[in-house]
Amino acid sequence: MEVQLIKIEKRSDVSRSIYFLTPVLAIFLTLFGGGIIFYILGFNPIEALKFFFITPISDLYGLSELLVKATPLCLIAIGLSFCFKSNNWNIGAEGQLIFGGIVGGGVALLFYNHDGFYVLPIIILSGAIGGMLFAIIPAILKTYFNTNEILVSLMLVYVAKLLLDYLVVGPWSNPEGFNFPETRQFSESARMPILFDGLRIHAGIFITLITVFLSWLILYKTYLGFQIKVSGLSLKTAKYAGYKGKIMIIIVFMISGACAGLAGVGEITGPIGQLHRNISPDYGFTAIIVAFLGRLNPVGIIFASLIVALTYLGAETAQIFLQVPKYTGQVFQGMILFFLLGSDYLLFFKIKFLGLKKNEL
Amino acid sequence: MSFDLNFIGILIGAIMASSVPLILAASGELITERSGVLNLGVEGMMIIGAISGFALMVVTDNLFFAVIGSMFSGLIISLIFGLLTQSLLTNHVATGLALTIFGIGMSAMIGKNFVGIPGKEFPLLFPNLKESIPFLGPIFFGHSIILYFAFGLPFLTNYFLKKTKTGLIVRAVGDSPTSASNQGINVTLVRYSCILYGGAMCGLAGAYLSLIYTPQWIENMTGGRGWIALALVVFATWSPIKVLIGALIFGGITILQLHMQAVGLRIPVQLLSALPYIMTIIVLVIISRDSRKIKLNTPTSLGQIFYKEK
Repeated sequence: MEVQLIKIEKRSDVSRSIYFLTPVLAIFLTLFGGGIIFYILGFNPIEALKFFFITPISDLYGLSELLVKATPLCLIAIGLSFCFKSNNWNIGAEGQLIFGGIVGGGVALLFYNHDGFYVLPIIILSGAIGGMLFAIIPAILKTYFNTNEILVSLMLVYVAKLLLDYLVVGPWSNPEGFNFPETRQFSESARMPILFDGLRIHAGIFITLITVFLSWLILYKTYLGFQIKVSGLSLKTAKYAGYKGKIMIIIVFMISGACAGLAGVGEITGPIGQLHRNISPDYGFTAIIVAFLGRLNPVGIIFASLIVALTYLGAETAQIFLQVPKYTGQVFQGMILFFLLGSDYLLFFKIKFLGLKKNEL
Repeated sequence: MSFDLNFIGILIGAIMASSVPLILAASGELITERSGVLNLGVEGMMIIGAISGFALMVVTDNLFFAVIGSMFSGLIISLIFGLLTQSLLTNHVATGLALTIFGIGMSAMIGKNFVGIPGKEFPLLFPNLKESIPFLGPIFFGHSIILYFAFGLPFLTNYFLKKTKTGLIVRAVGDSPTSASNQGINVTLVRYSCILYGGAMCGLAGAYLSLIYTPQWIENMTGGRGWIALALVVFATWSPIKVLIGALIFGGITILQLHMQAVGLRIPVQLLSALPYIMTIIVLVIISRDSRKIKLNTPTSLGQIFYKEK
């Protein structure tokens, strides 16, 4: 006789506490999974995880590096949350970041022998506009030509990467740079102010925090935010309510593009100080994980960006101490998202343990 | 200037070779998508196939095991995607992205000890005929068996989808999972099978790269081919034969770009490299504009989660 031990039921309502607790569960499962992988590779799992997640942030420099990495991740993820909340799949933030970096960097090169307080704001603004314009392409194609935004935004990542490559090798390469694929160093007034001597943490973090606050305002306190959320929940309802769907799609893409562009310009005027081939270690893609891990919620995204930034630092430390490739960070990032999505099952379904009743045996 | 016919033949042969991974991956993904599942993990499954194929070749010194093993590991990694999207009902787009990120990381971890090891020569069929027949020789002969398989695959896929009962079931599940389910079809099982098949084909596509095309292991060696394969499926409006044509066009652009560089044309290398991506966007716009055209073969339930109340 078949005895059913567990029963799975659909939940009638989604519990808010579980909604924000499952990301924590996902992080623990990731640590566990990572430990197993390290064990299989022949490392002591506890030691390896310590190198990955504790060593990098056990001094002041490490903590500053954590914030340096979390700054762009948080900024991009905040922008993406506008898109994802309204069911627009912008997965080309990496391209928007790079294009923002190109435009901002171009302006910085234009001003390379200028001094003045106005230089940095102009660069930052042009970077944001650059990212925004680049994000408008998939938005326009989606709204007016019915084109899949996932593929278009993604293809544009490669286009942006190749454009950057062309510029730093060719027309923008440093005239005194012995043909290295990089531009001149930006002038001092084109650089983000460093907050503490000897650390790399820079004023870009304030841009991120201000953006987080503004996003919270827009999403939760304005009619536009309401429209975005309704469209995400039900397109039919949004249509019925008479929302201008096309314009909204373009707006959310513009917001997320601007955020990615800001992140790009923050990187080149912050830690990097010039343009070269690799201005971003795939921040634009990783930010997608940050957005989900933070539950598309501004505060959640702040925490998520710190955790995911740690996987970058951990991979760097592990590369030095354990001689594993830096791509190891991506294993953890992928696992976090797997476990997070998987544990969402608990949100929508209840698992009841029925046990064995005497009369069934 | 003399017109070297044999050179054109060699060029066409090279284009065919460079389109093989695209054909394999896109044909696999096409079946997956036809069942209503959108798996964005193609790049990740390909790179896992590439490293497992190469690693098995080094460890077992047996190319047959290497090829089979790459398909098997593609299948295993796609099982993660299947478990999540089909049993835990997760979002297809996010899960696929996670699969790609995970796959790239995992492949680099496994591949750490295989960097710099030279590949093994993969047996090519009829090498003599390739040399002795001008023009047609380099086109039809001197390829690996996987290439011949890849060029037959779109026709097999087409036959499967249009003429077989199982193919009909796959399409029914993709177009209307609810009615298929009401007809007694196990939608989840069909979708699982299609996901696993797609994974195996992506694994094979990866192995083609690491065993035959550039016979060695390089981190991130798929270099965006998985994403092109995904675009190809849309480009082909979910029709297998058009996948073949599309893959040849993209292969053509890749080879053309290499030759233009070699000839020293004064066009930036980067512009040529960007051509496949720009082309994909343009073609997507052209085919998507005509909503009837794109709806003809588009699986209606693509990317939607199917849940049957038990």
